Amino acid sequence: MRVARVRMRMRKPVGSEGRQERGGRAGAGAVVVVGAGPAGVAAAVCAADQGVRVVLVDSAVRAGGQFYRQPDARWGARRPQVLHHGWRTWQRLTARLDAHLADGQVTHLAERHVWFVERAGGDGFVVHALGGSGQDRPETVRGDAVLLATGAYEKVLPFPGWTLPGVVTAGGAQAMLKGGLVLPPGRTVVVAGTGPLLMPVAAGLAAAGARVGALIESAGPGRLAWGAAKVAGHPAKLAEGARYAAALVWRGVPVRTGHAVVAAHGSVRLEAVTVAALDAEGRVRAGTGRRIACDALAVGHGLLPHTGLAGALGCRIEETAYGGWGVAVDGEQRTDLPGVWAAGEASGVGGAELALAEGEIAGRSIAARLRGREPDRRGCAAAAGTRAGLRAFARVIDGVYGPPAQWAERVGDDTVVCRCEEVPASAVRSAVAGLGATDLRSVKLLTRAGMGWCQGRVCAPGVAGVAGCAWSPASRVLAQPVPLAVLAREEGAAP
Amino acid sequence: MVGAACAFYAARAGLRTVLVDRGPVAGGTTGAGEGNLLVSDKEPGPELELALLSLELWRRLVAEDPGLRTAVEYEAKGGLVVGSEYAGLAALEEFAARQRAGGVAAVGVDASELRSLEPNLDGGLAGGVLYPQDCQVMPALAAAHLVREARRAGAVLRTGEVVTAVRRAAGDGGRVLGVRTSRGDIHAPAVVNAAGTWGGEIAALAGAHLPVLPRRGFVLVTEPLPPRTVRHKVYSADYVADVASDSAALQTSAVVEGTAAGPVLIGASRERVGFDRTFSLPAVRRLAAQAVGLFPVLGRVGVVRGYLGFRPYLPDHLPAIGPDARVPGLHHACGHEGAGIGLATGTGHLVAQGLIGEVPELDLAAFRPDRFGAEESG
Ligand SMILES: Cc1cc2nc3c(=O)[nH]c(=O)nc-3n(C[C@H](O)[C@H](O)[C@H](O)COP(=O)(O)OP(=O)(O)OC[C@H]3O[C@@H](n4cnc5c(N)ncnc54)[C@H](O)[C@@H]3O)c2cc1C
Ligand SMILES: Cc1cc2nc3c(=O)[nH]c(=O)nc-3n(C[C@H](O)[C@H](O)[C@H](O)COP(=O)(O)OP(=O)(O)OC[C@H]3O[C@@H](n4cnc5c(N)ncnc54)[C@H](O)[C@@H]3O)c2cc1C
Repeated sequence: MRVARVRMRMRKPVGSEGRQERGGRAGAGAVVVVGAGPAGVAAAVCAADQGVRVVLVDSAVRAGGQFYRQPDARWGARRPQVLHHGWRTWQRLTARLDAHLADGQVTHLAERHVWFVERAGGDGFVVHALGGSGQDRPETVRGDAVLLATGAYEKVLPFPGWTLPGVVTAGGAQAMLKGGLVLPPGRTVVVAGTGPLLMPVAAGLAAAGARVGALIESAGPGRLAWGAAKVAGHPAKLAEGARYAAALVWRGVPVRTGHAVVAAHGSVRLEAVTVAALDAEGRVRAGTGRRIACDALAVGHGLLPHTGLAGALGCRIEETAYGGWGVAVDGEQRTDLPGVWAAGEASGVGGAELALAEGEIAGRSIAARLRGREPDRRGCAAAAGTRAGLRAFARVIDGVYGPPAQWAERVGDDTVVCRCEEVPASAVRSAVAGLGATDLRSVKLLTRAGMGWCQGRVCAPGVAGVAGCAWSPASRVLAQPVPLAVLAREEGAAP
Repeated sequence: MVGAACAFYAARAGLRTVLVDRGPVAGGTTGAGEGNLLVSDKEPGPELELALLSLELWRRLVAEDPGLRTAVEYEAKGGLVVGSEYAGLAALEEFAARQRAGGVAAVGVDASELRSLEPNLDGGLAGGVLYPQDCQVMPALAAAHLVREARRAGAVLRTGEVVTAVRRAAGDGGRVLGVRTSRGDIHAPAVVNAAGTWGGEIAALAGAHLPVLPRRGFVLVTEPLPPRTVRHKVYSADYVADVASDSAALQTSAVVEGTAAGPVLIGASRERVGFDRTFSLPAVRRLAAQAVGLFPVLGRVGVVRGYLGFRPYLPDHLPAIGPDARVPGLHHACGHEGAGIGLATGTGHLVAQGLIGEVPELDLAAFRPDRFGAEESG
C-alpha cells in the first residue's frame, strides 16, 4: 500500500499552538497545502474538519486563487461578487476556513512563495518558501503530507506585435479587475484567443465599464455548435455560457468566432489589431483582414498547470484523460509519490468547480490516510460524482477549443518568441534547420529561448510550435528564483 | 560533443562520415554540463597532455574562423584558483610547480593582485594561482557548430535514430561491418563509439566490455549579472589537499564563472548515484555556500535554475580513446567524465588519425579501451 510510507502520527488538535508552528514543525498529523485557490481551500477545510492540522501556504495576499481572487481590503472594493458566479459557494467555504483559522486548526501563511518541496527521509516533507516584500526571507514548514494545489497559468502563443505594451493576458486583465477593480476609463480593449475563459473575461471587463471592442475566438462556429450539443447533459454549464453570451450581447460586444488576431500594431504601444477570418484548416482567408483600433488586447490560448513543484519532487506528470497535462493522480487525488496529493488545475485543467470537488476529495483522503484508514466512500460520493461529470465536461471543452492548427505559420521571422532572452522566430527556425535541434530542450540550448527569468513558462508552448516539436511541462528544479545566500544559509541548518 | 568532434575531424580527413544520434545534437551530457576547457585542475600525466593538445586545437579552430569563435562563445578568460588559508595555498603552489613542469602556464598571485584580478572576491583570501590557458565555450553551441562544419565537409547527420546493433563479420576476426539502427543498416568498415555515458552499452553491442558509469553533477545558474562581475573561472584550492588521498574529491568544489550571456554558472557537484534525476538539496546547498564564500556579492543574486547531468566515467577516470584491439574496426571515444568538452577536439583529432591509419600524435596507451579486461562482456 502506498500509504504505508506516510508517517501516521496523529495528535489532538492543539488550538492556538498552530501559530507557533510557523516556520517550524507543524506537528504530527499535519498537512501542508500549497496554494489557497478553490482546491487548496476546499482540501484544507475538509481535512481540518476531521482534525488534521493544516498549514496553507500561498503566494497571494488573500485566499481565493485565480478565480475567487479577492480585492485587497486596501482598495475598499465593495461588491467583488458582481464578477463571480458561485460566489455563495465560496462564501460558505471561506466562513468554514475562517472558523478553522480562529481555532488554530488551520494556519494560513500568505505571501509565501514555495520554491521547493523536499522529501525528508521517512520523516515527511519540508516545504521551502520565501516571504517578505523582496521574496528573500526563507521559511520552512514541515508536514506529514503535502497537497499541491498550485493551479494553472495562462498560455499565450506569439504573433507579430504580441510584445507591444498594451498586450496583456486575459487572465492578467481579469486579475487586475478582480484584484483592484481599476480600469482606465474610456479605453477600448479587445479580447482574443481561444477557450472558455474569454467570455467571462470579456463580460467582466464590459461589466466593469470597459469598452470591449470585440471578442475574437479562433474556434469556429461548427466546433462550438458541436460542443453545445455535447454538453446538453450539463444544463448548468450551458446556462452559464448563455448568461455570458447574453451579457455580451446586452453590452453590444461583437463576438467573432472562427477569427483570430493576426497582428498587433503600434509604435510605442498598442494602437490597433488586425483581425482575420480563418478557414477550416486554421489558415487566414485572404481579404478578410480588418483593423480594429484599441488600447489593450487581452489574449489567452488556454491554461497550463503549474507542475513545477511536483516535477522537482519526482511525481509523474502526464496527459489527462480530459485534455492537457497535469500531475498524475488516482481516485483519491494521490500522486504516485507516497504522502503527496495534488488537486485542482495542478492535476488537470477543468475549472473552479472541478477544483473544489477535487480539493474536497483530497482533504478527506488525507485525513483518513494520515490515520491509516481508508477514506469513507459515502462521504466522498457527492464530490466524486461532481468530479466525474465536470471532467467529462472538460473533455468536451478541450475538443471545442484550441489554437488554430496553422498558427505558427503566421509568426514572422522577426517576431520575438522568447521575451526574456529576446529570441526571434528566425533563430528557432535555423536551430532546427541548420544545427540539429529536434526537441524543445535542444532548441533552448542552441537559441537561449526559455533560458531567461521566466524559464520558459511563458514562451515554451510558442517556441515549440514555431520549432515544430512537441511541448510537455519542463521539469524544473526550482519553482522560482532563490537568492544564493538563502540556498547557502540553509546548509547544515536544522530545519 | 565528442561525437561532433570525431565527425568533424573524420570528415575533414576526407572520410565518408555518418553521425548518428538517438536524440538531437547536444541532447546528452553535452547539453547538461558546463564548457570549461581546463588545464588548471589536471595533474601532469596523459590527461594533461590530451588537454594541452585539445586546447591548442580549440585555439586553432577559432583562429581559423572568427565567426565560429562568437558562435560557440569561446572565451580565453583564464582560470584563477584561490587559497583561503596558508596551508591550502602552500599545497596549491606545490601543485602548480608540478603542473609547470608538465607544460602548464601557472602564475602565482598574492592577495593584493587577487583583488585587481577579481575585485568581487572575498577579502579574506590569501592568494592563488592564475592559469591563463583555461578557456570556455558554450557546450551545446560548440557541438552544434562543429556538426554544422562537419556537414559542410560532407558528413551526414542522422538524428532521432537509435543504434540497436553493431554488425560484425562471421569470419575475418569479427570485423565491424557497420551498425543497425531503428531506421535500417548503415554499412561502414569503422564504427566510432562516442555515446558518452552510454558508451558501455554500444561497446556491449559489439561484444566488448567497457565499464562506463554515470556520475551526477548539479549546476546552478543565476540571473544575468553585469559584465565582469566574475572575470575568470574561479575556484577554491581547498581541494588540493585532498588530491593525494582521493582524486574523486578533486572537483567537488564550486567553479564560479560568468558567461557571455550574463548569468553566472556555479558547478558542479559530483556524486555516484546512478541515473537518479531527483533534485538533491544538500548538493546544491554546498555549491551555493562555496560560491558565496568566494564571492559574497553573489549572496543577493537569484538562482533562476539548476540542472543536472551524468558525466561518463571509467574506473581510472581516464577516457577510452582509439581502436579496440578486441573488435577490429571498432574505435572508442567516450568516458571523458567531467572534461569531455575540453578534451573533445584532441579526442576527435586522435580518433581521425587512427581511422586513416596515421600514427596518433599522442601515445594512446593510457586510454586503451581494453584496459579493463573482459569480465561481464556481452
Ligand atoms: C482568466 C481566467 C478566468 C477564469 N474564469 C473561470 C470561469 O469563469 N469559470 C470557471 O469555472 N473557472 C474559471 N477560471 C478557472 C479557475 O480560475 C480555476 O479553475 C481555478 O482557480 C482553479 O483552482 P485551483 O485551486 O486549482 O488553482 P488556483 O485558483 O489557480 O490557485 C492556486 C493558488 O496557488 C498559488 N500558488 C501557485 N504556485 C505557488 C507556489 N509555488 N508557492 C505559493 N503559492 C503558489 C497561487 O498563487 C494561487 O493562489 C478562470 C481562470 C482564469 C485564469
Ligand atoms: C554538471 C556537469 C558539468 C560539466 N562541466 C564540464 C566542464 O566544465 N568542462 C568539460 O570539459 N566537461 C564538463 N562536463 C563533462 C562533459 O559534459 C562530458 O564529458 C561531455 O559532454 C561528454 O560528451 P559526449 O559526447 O561523450 O557525451 P554526450 O554528450 O552524452 O553524447 C553522447 C550521445 O550518444 C547518444 N547515444 C547514446 N546511446 C545511443 C544509441 N544507442 N544510439 C544512438 N545514439 C546514442 C546520446 O543520445 C548522446 O547524444 C560536465 C558534465 C556535467 C554533468
